[in-house]
Amino acid sequence: MIRVANLHKSFRGQQVLKGVNLDLATGKITTIVGTSGCGKTVLLKHLNALYLPDDGAVFVDGVDITKLAQNDLYRIRSKFGVLFQGAALLDSMTVFDNVAFPIREKTKTSETDIKTKVNERLEQVGLGAMGGKFPAELSGGMKKRAGLARALIMDPEIVLFDEPTTGLDPVLATSIHQLISRTQEAFGFTGIVVSHTIPQVFEISDFVAMLANGIIEEVSPPDKFCASQNPAVQQFIHGKTEGPIQVL
Amino acid sequence: MVSFLGRIGRFALDQIGGMGRMFSFLISSIGLAFRPPAKIYLIIYHIKTIGVESLSVVALSGFFTGMVMGFQGYYSLRKFNAESWLGSATALGLLRELGPVLSAFMVTGRTGSAMAAELGTMRATEQIDALDSMAINPVKYLVSPRVIASLLAMPLLTAIFDVIGIFGSYLVGVTLLGVSSGSFFAGMENSIVFHDVYSGFVKSISFGLIITWICCYKGFHAPPMATGVSQATTESVVLSFVFILVWDYFLTSIML
Repeated sequence: MIRVANLHKSFRGQQVLKGVNLDLATGKITTIVGTSGCGKTVLLKHLNALYLPDDGAVFVDGVDITKLAQNDLYRIRSKFGVLFQGAALLDSMTVFDNVAFPIREKTKTSETDIKTKVNERLEQVGLGAMGGKFPAELSGGMKKRAGLARALIMDPEIVLFDEPTTGLDPVLATSIHQLISRTQEAFGFTGIVVSHTIPQVFEISDFVAMLANGIIEEVSPPDKFCASQNPAVQQFIHGKTEGPIQVL
Repeated sequence: MVSFLGRIGRFALDQIGGMGRMFSFLISSIGLAFRPPAKIYLIIYHIKTIGVESLSVVALSGFFTGMVMGFQGYYSLRKFNAESWLGSATALGLLRELGPVLSAFMVTGRTGSAMAAELGTMRATEQIDALDSMAINPVKYLVSPRVIASLLAMPLLTAIFDVIGIFGSYLVGVTLLGVSSGSFFAGMENSIVFHDVYSGFVKSISFGLIITWICCYKGFHAPPMATGVSQATTESVVLSFVFILVWDYFLTSIML
């Protein structure tokens, strides 16, 4: 469903992606791991064309989304839900309105149906009683849950998770992982998770892809990933400073 | 020498590119403002933030500007024994120049800076990316309603500034300095023509567009960090002031 081909991206002369090739399996969760600042979020933001590459392509259902006009791109983006690193809730709205926002803007659904669907999603992420609160009144974990509810409200085929557990305590991180896994089973979306919370994130992943030095070093199921003899993978898993991964 | 020239060339290209992006932002925000569906509730909300919430500062500055003009006008006109023209001089100055310019300055300081800071924060916290990723055009959602609201609110604020300014001048000229009330209003009635009012409104509408355009552009493209937001806010206010004055010069020379 999603194929990344020879993706290059640089910012102010610094090359972040140096020819990324990656196939993301439909209906599965693929986790992209790598050191901080290696370009995981940059790669993720190319998947729905929030960033455009200097060179290369991103195919979604066979369409190169990097070359689409805005209207066509927005049609493709309607297939995506995104959970941003800081949840990116609109801070002028309540949690309920944030979750309802995409339906109100993109469809003509009645307020009664919106209320039912939003409350259902909020219940699923454990925020049933929090609809009336503003994002500023929520903890980090609650914001992520609200962001997840918003990402899932349009029943997307693909969901992007940008570091969903960064900054959370281990208990909360596990609960977010379980939530991602549970919702993926319930909705069957293709999930792409960017994370460096290993090994916990492996439990919810069908595949793990490792980004290092601007390219994908390894893609494999979690058990094979951990057993990989790739020096970059071994360096990352064991947290060594010596090895092929350039550490700043 | 070559690298020095190269740097100058790169700087010039960056500036030209920046101006191109600014104009393209303006055109798309105006174009999207008239593309359905209209965001009426957002337009009303922004009329409140731009218009209603700037009312007190515009009224206060209009009142004191009018009073200062009353004193200064009286001092100047007395040298020619022409104090009776105080009403005319004050009204012309306010309607044609000071009303639109000073109310635009007040709105820039009160609302324009807030626009830049709000959009800059939204950029830094990925809220703008979130809109984009939900296939909601962030320019149409965040900028276009502000453009329409400022086009509607600015002339009204300017009119209020003008009326309160004339009242302030009347208080000083007639009540404090003893100019005849009849000559104050008669001079005004004889010298003010529709073109004076019209040119002031044309200016205020264009200033409203300038403020929203520059402040939204700067906020929208702020570097995603705390210093980026503060830098965008400062730049938006300074650049708006400069653009208002430069554009005022051109409009005045055309509409004199």
